[in-house]
Amino acid sequence: MVIAKVIGTVVSTTKHPAYTGYKLQVVQPLHLTGQSPDPSFLALDSLQAGVGDTVLVMREGNSARQITKIKDAPIISMIVGILDAVEIT
Amino acid sequence: MLLGKIVGTAIATIKTPGLKGVKLLVVELLDNNLAPFGNRQIAADGVQQAGLNDIVFLVRAREAALTLAETFVPVDLAVVGVVDKVDIDKSIQDFELSTGYSRY
Repeated sequence: MVIAKVIGTVVSTTKHPAYTGYKLQVVQPLHLTGQSPDPSFLALDSLQAGVGDTVLVMREGNSARQITKIKDAPIISMIVGILDAVEIT
Repeated sequence: MLLGKIVGTAIATIKTPGLKGVKLLVVELLDNNLAPFGNRQIAADGVQQAGLNDIVFLVRAREAALTLAETFVPVDLAVVGVVDKVDIDKSIQDFELSTGYSRY
């Protein structure tokens, strides 16, 4: 899973049926000072995360299928947590 | 999942049997400003309604094959939706994780 920030939303009408009922958000992974950032990507929102929230994004297909409870859902990235705080030593 | 734009179609007569009837689209991946980056790639059409110049979103890896009628096929990129609108907040600029305790 990665820590990322929600920076935008994507609206889509014509989509795979497994995506209906979920928001699609644009997320930008966070990086440590001095490291180069990873590119942003899209994640399905299983919670109610908003733009500006720091979230936990899971990037694995089988876990996404467990959350949506749809067998053969073609989903990889999903927001699975909204972070309150992070402590790094 | 990724954002992309359809810039063409690819036609292959000889292909893996499971890919019969699957439309192959040429896509360019888009960044936050909807500007293309990287090489153009071929994606299978998983929604069957995507057309030229459409902004779409795509799924990679094993999940790409799950969009098709035959799910056990060698496909690693597929279109899963046509985008109506992308709304990105450009004012969010701070993507650094600092050491110590940070509250969000």
